[in-house]
Amino acid sequence: MSETAMTRREWLLTDRPQSRLQARLGRAYVAWRRFTANRLAVIGLAIILGLIVLAVFAPVLAPHSPYVGDLANARLMTPGPGHWLGTDDQGRDILSRLIYGSRLTLQVVVLVAVIAAPIGLLVGTVAGYAGGWVDAVLMRITDIFLAFPKLVLALAFVAALGPGIGNAIIAIAITSWPPYARIARAETLTVRNSDYILAVRLMGASPWRIVLRHIMPLCISSLIVRVTLDMAGIILTAAGLGFLGLGAQPPLPEWGAMIASGRRFILDQWWVAAMPGFAILIVSLGFNLLGDGLRDALDPRGSGQ
Amino acid sequence: MTPALAIDGLRVAFDDFVAVEDVSLSVAPGESFGLVGESGSGKSTLLRAVAGLAPVTGGTIAIGGKVLGDRRDKAFYRTVQMVFQDPYGSLHPRQTVDRLLLEPLAIHGFDDTESRIVRALDEVGLGAGFRFRYSHQLSGGQRQRVAIARALILEPSILLLDEPTSALDASVQAEVLNLLEQLRAARGLTFVMVSHDLAVVTHMCDRLMVMQNGRAVEQLTAADLAARRVTQDYTRGLLAASEGFRRTA
Repeated sequence: MSETAMTRREWLLTDRPQSRLQARLGRAYVAWRRFTANRLAVIGLAIILGLIVLAVFAPVLAPHSPYVGDLANARLMTPGPGHWLGTDDQGRDILSRLIYGSRLTLQVVVLVAVIAAPIGLLVGTVAGYAGGWVDAVLMRITDIFLAFPKLVLALAFVAALGPGIGNAIIAIAITSWPPYARIARAETLTVRNSDYILAVRLMGASPWRIVLRHIMPLCISSLIVRVTLDMAGIILTAAGLGFLGLGAQPPLPEWGAMIASGRRFILDQWWVAAMPGFAILIVSLGFNLLGDGLRDALDPRGSGQ
Repeated sequence: MTPALAIDGLRVAFDDFVAVEDVSLSVAPGESFGLVGESGSGKSTLLRAVAGLAPVTGGTIAIGGKVLGDRRDKAFYRTVQMVFQDPYGSLHPRQTVDRLLLEPLAIHGFDDTESRIVRALDEVGLGAGFRFRYSHQLSGGQRQRVAIARALILEPSILLLDEPTSALDASVQAEVLNLLEQLRAARGLTFVMVSHDLAVVTHMCDRLMVMQNGRAVEQLTAADLAARRVTQDYTRGLLAASEGFRRTA
């Protein structure tokens, strides 16, 4: 058969790629196939994509305003036509608030991941590769952060910085990097004396170049998995801070804060607290399923041959 | 003539363990020098000490008459390169062959990377078809060829070979040895080769040194070895062992 008769699949899976791009795409395709082989992981991905769609198109999708309710006629209405998930004590549509709240949830998750993961990765790989006193200093700092209960430390930070969603994000990021540093360090220790790293050293590469270009790519996949699995915890911590009144401030439709405000009616008007609770549950579950799937797809030990 | 590599009274110690003690040798430019000994005799450590991968605690190493300090500079890495024993462990698992070969060129600031990579692959008998493969898509022999290409892409004059064929099966072993021999002839390279296989060393090397427990036992020429002109009992023992099991009919 001629070259042109090659299907797209064959092009991706060929063992003789013709360009850097093709090699990279082929590798990504193999990982994608391994990922999609796991049904639950695909469900997780669908949930997260759904969350992103909700957040992006919130103004289009939300049937009512998330901030203004009908105090006179629509307080604490049961779920039904008009208000599918009922209304809260200020007559606001809970569904609309949940849809807008997805923006806050996503913001927290993404920002925490973007701040905490690189810090942990850098601290861990540098400590692991440098060894000696650099390792000792960096890891003792990590140990100190790990010794505090996460939520308590976050509470202390928010108390010091003042309540608000931005400070809650910073507080959660500051408390969630140490486990990433530990993972990155452990991965680094397993590869730092391998022949392929020694070979790069023998090329005359600087330690920074070795850490950034040769060690970090090896740590990234296990880190992505861990961060994804932690996202459920991050959402819960953010919700916890919101519940305690230290995260998002009223009238922001943050899910944790919504549960807190529904607490007063939990026996008679259960949906006010239960609906945001369900939302947190579903999104956390989605991230966990996605994390499990990514672990199977990205695990370097599983992708050997 | 200044020797390409001169080692004088070298001592390598890891904390309390002395791996190499008072070893001296001298390799002329273009020569192929073998290091022989059983496992743990310090031959690989000696090689790693030259490359700067093992802690030198005494003695000197000189390349082309210039004594090396504790830190190796970029010029050193352009003169001395190494091929590791295990081709399955010496290639980065997440990088394509292309990327592996690009890295040394990028570090040393070469411009004509494209043509150099193509030429390097050509020289070790791998076509352009292998250029964008990942290491797990290569066989052991192909991997070792990539490792050789990577070591030679900086055009060093001295190549350190740490049992380059012991992880390969017999037919591939011969191919890789022939390739190395051919490259040495073409480029006038100096080889320092570690092996526990006396047959490989006699085939490849002009001179060799026998090591035991971190010390030099004796130095011989390949002709001496082939003619059994050895002076030490230990070397005789090694020779007998290398002939293997012989049926007494």
